[in-house]
Amino acid sequence: MNEQRKFRPKDFSSDQNVRWCPGCGDYAILAGVHRALAKQAIPPEQIAVVSGIGCSSRFPYYMSTYGFHTIHGRAPAFATGLKIAKPEMQVWVVTGDGDGLSIGGNHLIHVLRRNVDLNILMFNNRIYGLTKGQYSPTSEVGKTTKSTPMGSLDHPFKPLQVAAGADATFLARTLDVDAKVMQPVLAAAMAHKGTSFVEILQNCNIFNDGAWAAIAAKNIRADATLLLEHGAPMIFGADRDKGIRLVGLRPEVFVIGENGLTEADAWVHDAHDPEMTRTMILAQFESPKLPTPLGVIRSIERPRYDKGVHEQVNQAAVNGNKNLQEMLVGRRSWTV
Amino acid sequence: MHQTEQVESVVVRFAGDSGDGMQLTGTQFTMASVLAGNDIATFPDFPAEIRAPAGTLAGVSGFQLHFSSSEIFTPGDAVDVLVAMNPAALAKNLDFLRENGVLIVNRDSFNKRNLKMAGFESNPLDDEAESLEAYQVYPVDLARLTKDALAESGMSAKEIDRSKNFFALGLMCWLYERDVEVVEEEVHSRFGSKPKYLEANLKVLRSGYNYGENSEQFLTRYHVPATKPSASGTYRNIQGNEAIGMGLICAAKCAQRDLFLGSYPITPASDILHYLSKQKHHGVYTFQAEDEIAAVCAAIGAAWGNQLAVTTTSGPGMALKGEAMGLAVITELPLVIINVQRGGPSTGLPTKTEQADLLQTLYGRNGESPLAVLAARSPGDAFEAAYEAARIAMKFMVPVVLLSDGAIANGAEPWRVPDVDELPQMDVPLLDDASAIEGEFEPYRRDPETLARPWPVLGTPGLEHRLGGIEKWDGTGHISYDPDNHHHMTMQRQERVDRIAHTLPATEIYGEDSGDVLMISWGSTYGACVTAVRLARSEGHSVSHIHLRWLNPMPLDLGGIIDRFNSVLVPEMNNGQLFQLLRSRYLFNGRRYNRIGGVPLRVEDLRQEIVATLTN
Repeated sequence: MNEQRKFRPKDFSSDQNVRWCPGCGDYAILAGVHRALAKQAIPPEQIAVVSGIGCSSRFPYYMSTYGFHTIHGRAPAFATGLKIAKPEMQVWVVTGDGDGLSIGGNHLIHVLRRNVDLNILMFNNRIYGLTKGQYSPTSEVGKTTKSTPMGSLDHPFKPLQVAAGADATFLARTLDVDAKVMQPVLAAAMAHKGTSFVEILQNCNIFNDGAWAAIAAKNIRADATLLLEHGAPMIFGADRDKGIRLVGLRPEVFVIGENGLTEADAWVHDAHDPEMTRTMILAQFESPKLPTPLGVIRSIERPRYDKGVHEQVNQAAVNGNKNLQEMLVGRRSWTV
Repeated sequence: MHQTEQVESVVVRFAGDSGDGMQLTGTQFTMASVLAGNDIATFPDFPAEIRAPAGTLAGVSGFQLHFSSSEIFTPGDAVDVLVAMNPAALAKNLDFLRENGVLIVNRDSFNKRNLKMAGFESNPLDDEAESLEAYQVYPVDLARLTKDALAESGMSAKEIDRSKNFFALGLMCWLYERDVEVVEEEVHSRFGSKPKYLEANLKVLRSGYNYGENSEQFLTRYHVPATKPSASGTYRNIQGNEAIGMGLICAAKCAQRDLFLGSYPITPASDILHYLSKQKHHGVYTFQAEDEIAAVCAAIGAAWGNQLAVTTTSGPGMALKGEAMGLAVITELPLVIINVQRGGPSTGLPTKTEQADLLQTLYGRNGESPLAVLAARSPGDAFEAAYEAARIAMKFMVPVVLLSDGAIANGAEPWRVPDVDELPQMDVPLLDDASAIEGEFEPYRRDPETLARPWPVLGTPGLEHRLGGIEKWDGTGHISYDPDNHHHMTMQRQERVDRIAHTLPATEIYGEDSGDVLMISWGSTYGACVTAVRLARSEGHSVSHIHLRWLNPMPLDLGGIIDRFNSVLVPEMNNGQLFQLLRSRYLFNGRRYNRIGGVPLRVEDLRQEIVATLTN
């Protein structure tokens, strides 16, 4: 029945006024998600978007799908319960760097290790926006914010490294402003069976303007980022003259044609590598020393928790005694 | 020859090291007593430590069983027979033994080392010692006799020693004329997969039984005739946690919902998770979450996804779930939260009982956050309480907290099995067709009678909606910061809970509906309270009793009943929480009795309180 229905991006847009600050990176992400959803054959009523608390977590209100704006940090837990109750629905989690990595860090790692079939979008703007500008768990050391007037002391998380540490089966990164990267990343995330973890580098033009300027600015983006493609050598740069090679387990940038190094020396990306070692190396890449990887870093198959739960229930139903009266009477009873 | 003496009721307490199998022994003796037709009530009393060092006071585990030929409601104030497996068990439990009570001790364990660990300066079993003069003492060489019985078994000394509880069990079966075959069947079902232990335990059990018969140490056997239950029907033995699990399964089936349990292991609630995780064939989904918060959040997610969603916990977990419970309040989703209370605050007394989470349950959240609260009164009653919690949660689209406690969770009693077809009907406001709606679909358009909003079936086209923790406009559910609307929604949430009261039956009063003293109780103190009131009434005192099922809302007729008594007595295993609630609503003259010892209230203490209330 659904196969016949065709969707447009606006079919996934709600009638509510969007209340993000003008110029916020979230607008581009919302438009990107609407666009990506229109390309798949799943109708709005078969989609649920679950969020926590923070600017990003207002996302469900702007979707025409089922939506649940829950409490701070716990969206993965709500989504897990929902996915078990409604296995046929496509469930999304929208979170931020504070929501997902600080107050909700525990839930994030556990949903990733369980590999529940969810699409998690983490908007990373390296700041607390909704509470008006405190440093976040991804803020750089030394950052001056309202709560760190002398500079932040905390060593930051790299979201993909945390997710890789939790053995996530799907890892990807995109930029709020780069639709060319975002669309294939979202398509791959939707297609992946298991937890898809997508870090979206997002600008907060009010409290952390230029959060990713060193990567995203148009004039330097090609040199500061590395667009990953499964099976392709890691080549980057405006002139595509630079490559990444592995020396042992140490990644380094080389210039193609210099020192006798050619394209053939470049590290070939394997998104389906079952081992985590190389994935973890990629997840730790950081500008300016190494280009920031964009695209799908990892996509592997592993049994899904939600599917397993249903398999056990179905298996138990085959031979289990479903007679309620006999359950109540139990093994031993007597009649008076 | 032995003589047999008939007695009406007996309280037995098995006590030993945590590794001595006292809970197993007690459970099996319970089953034998239940099948002998006695009414029973049990009180397992064990430490939080899994295996404290053998022989220490900290490691003593006890199991108390009251069995009777008349109707009983409590595990008993004083112990008639104490079975002590070592000196520490004796030291820790002797205070419970009544004067001239029977004391059976494992003599082999009364060595220097164990005596020292138990704090004895000399051996109380020595002839010249006078400390046990007030009791009938039966030293039995339990360990040696067990060793003799298993001499040919090829088992190690350690394995053999672990069977000695079955010797005590066999001896007790003989002493109280319990059918040893019943216990044998229990042993079969428990050890069937381990033939070596099965055979050994059966052999030791029989040896204990035969020892009673042949040793001439015991001259009298006791006979406790079968009870005549007040209602005919099929009966079984039941524990509170299992009863809750079964109540939830029945509720889900009757509502044609799958059951979802989100839980995190915590004493004394974990057995509900264990039980339900074995009931998958009934459409039960159990999720052991990463923490208490995730457990309730997953349950709320499942509730949104139209399953009968439950989370189980104890006090510390309840504290963690508070914020999510508030979300269930404002999103008006049906959710059953079960708090099996234990001693608090903080970690408190994990394996002991208390009812001190009442105010936490009612008020332990930010904002005006009313939810429905009811309490179970006994292990068997927990079935009906769980069923009711689920029924009200779905009918009124409201979170419901069921309060149980450690005494109910682990205690056991005979239970008349209800007929599944006669369980109360479920009224579930599911909505699965957008075409039936007049105008736009509004997720907060309420039923005018219950004020329940609809429960849209997720996945239905046309019913897409957004829920959240931000205040919403009544009807549409859109975000709203409007002052009048917030006031209105706050009142609607309260009113919806209040309206539950209109659907509840009239309050049952035990005794006259007016008089000198009205005792009001709730939760697991039911047995002790009703027994004390009966006792006082038999002594001619004017006292009646109400036991509250619902704590929020309270029964509509409660104020009127209170007014008809000169004084009110409210006994609780907390520092006066219900007393405070009742006084703030009904402004009566009254007295409270509070005992926070981690153990059930004693009937005799309550009887004295009734008398004191009368004379004040």
